[in-house]
Amino acid sequence: MSGFLQNTFNGLVGGAFYALLALGLAVIFGMLRVVNFAHGAFYMLGAFGAYVLLAEAGVPFWAALVIMPLALGLLGMVLERAVIHRLTRLDPLYNFLLTFGLTLILQDLVKSRYGVQSSPYATPDELSGTVDFGLFDFPTYRVFILAFTVLLCGAVWWVLGRTRIGMVVRAATERPELTRAFGIDVGKWVTPVFGFGIALAGLAGVLAAPMRAVNPLMGADLIIVVFAVVVIGGLGSIFGSVAAGFGIGLIQAWGEAYLSDYPLVSQTVVFVVMAVVLLWRPAGLFGREEAPA
Amino acid sequence: MAAASAAALLVAGCGGGGPQSGGDSKLTGDKIVLGVLNDQSGAYSELSGRNSVKAVEMAIADFKAKHGDDAVTKDITVETADHQNKPDVANSKAQEMIDRKGVDAILDVPTSSAALKVADVAKEKKKLYFNIGAATTDLTGKSCNKYTFHYAYDTYMLAHGTGTVTTEQVGKNWYILYPNYAFGQDMEKSFSAAIGAAGGQVVGKDGAPFPNTSGDYSSFLLKAPTLNPKPQVLGTMQAGAELVNVVKQYNEFKLRDKGVGLAVGLMFITDIHSLTPAALAGTTYTDAWYWNFDRQNREWADRFQSETGTRPSFAHAANYSAAMQYLEAVQAAGTDDADAVVKQLEGKEVNDLFLRNGKIRAEDHRVVHDAYLAQVKPQAEVTEPWDYVKILKTIPAAEAFRAPSADCKL
Repeated sequence: MSGFLQNTFNGLVGGAFYALLALGLAVIFGMLRVVNFAHGAFYMLGAFGAYVLLAEAGVPFWAALVIMPLALGLLGMVLERAVIHRLTRLDPLYNFLLTFGLTLILQDLVKSRYGVQSSPYATPDELSGTVDFGLFDFPTYRVFILAFTVLLCGAVWWVLGRTRIGMVVRAATERPELTRAFGIDVGKWVTPVFGFGIALAGLAGVLAAPMRAVNPLMGADLIIVVFAVVVIGGLGSIFGSVAAGFGIGLIQAWGEAYLSDYPLVSQTVVFVVMAVVLLWRPAGLFGREEAPA
Repeated sequence: MAAASAAALLVAGCGGGGPQSGGDSKLTGDKIVLGVLNDQSGAYSELSGRNSVKAVEMAIADFKAKHGDDAVTKDITVETADHQNKPDVANSKAQEMIDRKGVDAILDVPTSSAALKVADVAKEKKKLYFNIGAATTDLTGKSCNKYTFHYAYDTYMLAHGTGTVTTEQVGKNWYILYPNYAFGQDMEKSFSAAIGAAGGQVVGKDGAPFPNTSGDYSSFLLKAPTLNPKPQVLGTMQAGAELVNVVKQYNEFKLRDKGVGLAVGLMFITDIHSLTPAALAGTTYTDAWYWNFDRQNREWADRFQSETGTRPSFAHAANYSAAMQYLEAVQAAGTDDADAVVKQLEGKEVNDLFLRNGKIRAEDHRVVHDAYLAQVKPQAEVTEPWDYVKILKTIPAAEAFRAPSADCKL
C-alpha cells in the first residue's frame, strides 16, 4: 500500500512538469494558434539559467525561481514581437517551422558554450530532507514541487476564471473573431500571453534543475511527451492540459512500477493513450471541435 | 613490346599502393597519417572528442622529439571526423579516411555498433584500427580481426572489477538497474556473472526504458530497499545524462542512508565533474586510468591541461598511448605496411603513460593492462579541481581482462 502511494505521488510530481509545460503550450496555442515547438528549449534555458546564475554569480535557487521566468518571459515577448507575430497570418506550419528552427539555434548556442555534458545543480539545503507521511516518507523537494505546481495552476485558474484579464483571454482563446466584434483589442493581449507561456516553461526548467540532468538536450527529450499530453487534453484547452499532464504522469509512474517486466508497454503507454483518445474524441478529452470555417 | 614494358615500369614506379613502392621511403606517400574518428558533438564528445585529437598530436610531438633525425618520417599528420555515434556515418567516414585522406591507422570510435563497422572496414582495407571508445567484447570475440586492436576498457573489465571487489568489500546482495538495450543487457549479464562468481547474489534487476524520455527512475529506486533480502548495493548501468538522472534521484530518495550503496557500471571523470563529488561520494567503479594516480600521469595531465584547459579522461590517455605504440611499431618495422606493423605489435609487452604492465595479446589483439577500482572521495577530501577519486585497488593486468575467447579467429 505504501509503495502504491509513493508511486502515485511520484506520478503526480512527474505530471506537475507536464502540466506546467502543457499549460503554457495551451494558452499560447489558444491565443495565437501557434504550436510552439521551442517550448522544450525554453524549459532547458530555465534549467541552464539557474545553473549559470548559481555557478557564475552565486545566485541561489529561490532567486533563480523568480529571475528566470521573468527573464525568459521577456525574451519570449521580444521574440513574439520580432518574428512569430509576422507569421501568424500565414499557414500555422510556418510558425511551427520557425519555432523548430529556434529550438535548434538555442540548443546549439548552449551546446557551443557549455558542451553536452550535464551541468551540476544541487538541491537547495532547505529542501534536501525527507517528509514523513506516516505510511511512507518522501523527498521534501518533490513535495515542494507538487505543492508549488498545484498552487500555481490554481492561481492561473483563478486569474483566468475570476478576473477581467482572464475573461478577455478566455474569450479570445475560444472565439477570437467574436471577441473582436465586441470591440475588445485582442491583439494587445497576444504578446503578454506568449511571454507568460514561455515564463511557465522557464519555471518548469528551474524546478527540474535539482532533480534532472541539466544539459542542452533535456527539453528535446521531454517535449515529445508534452505534445502528446496537449493532444490528449485537447489543443488549446487550459483545464484539459493540466488534467492530462497530471494524468499522464500517473499513468507513466504506474506503468513503470507495475509493468516493468514489459518495458515496451511502459515506454509506449503514453502514445497508446493518445491514439485511443484521438480515435474516441478527435479534439482531445476536453477540447472542442473547431467550427468549420 | 618495348612500349608495354615501359608502361609496366611506369606503373611500378608511380603506383603508391604496395609497401615496397615509393623509392627510398617505405611509407605510403612518404608520410604517416593518423585518423581520430569519434563523437565531436554528442554525448561522448567531452570524455573523448576533439581533445583526443590533441592527445594524438601530443604523441606525435613526443615521437618526433624522441627519434629526431632517426625518425622514420617527420611528416606525421592527424585527420579527424565526427561519426555522431551512428554506425552508418562511422562506416562511410572510415572508408573516406582510408581511401581519400591516406589514413594509416584509425583511433578511438566510441559506441559499440559504430566500432564494429569500423573494424569491418579495417579488415577489408587492411589498415589498422585501435578501438578505445567502445566497450563491446565482440571486438576481441566473434568480430575480431587481424587489423583491429582493443585498447582501454570493455564490458568484462568493468563488470569484473566493480562486481567482484564491490561484492567482497561492500555487500553481497545487489539490485541491478540497466538501460534496456544491447549495451545495458550486456553489462547486466557480465555483472551478474561476476557477482555470482564472487559469492554474491542479484536479488533483483530491472531494465529501464531506453531512452528514458520521462527522465524518472523513482519507481525503481523506491522498489530497491523493499526487496527481500534487502540489497546492499545498487548497481546502475546507465551512462551519460541517464546516469546523472539516476544518481540525482538516488540521492533524493536517500538510499545511502537506507543502507543501499551505489556502484556504477561505466563512469568517466567527466561524469563525476558534472554530478559533483558530493553527489557521488563513496561510489565505486572501475577505471582504466586516472590522471592523478602517480607522477608520470600527473605530469602528462598538466601538459594536457595546458593544451586543452581541462584534465584528461582515460580515453584521452589511451588515444595518446595507442598513437605512440603505432608510431613506435612503424619505426621498428621501417614501413607502414599493415601486416608488418601488426607483426611488430603482436605479443609486445609495454609500459607507457597509459599501459601499465601492458601486453598486446597476439591471440585476440586485446591490449591488457592494469585496471583500477576507484572510489569517489567525499567533498571534504577533494583538494583541487578534478581530483575526485581515490584508487582502492590496482587490478593486475592478468586478472583485469577475460582470457582470449575461442570465438576469435584472427
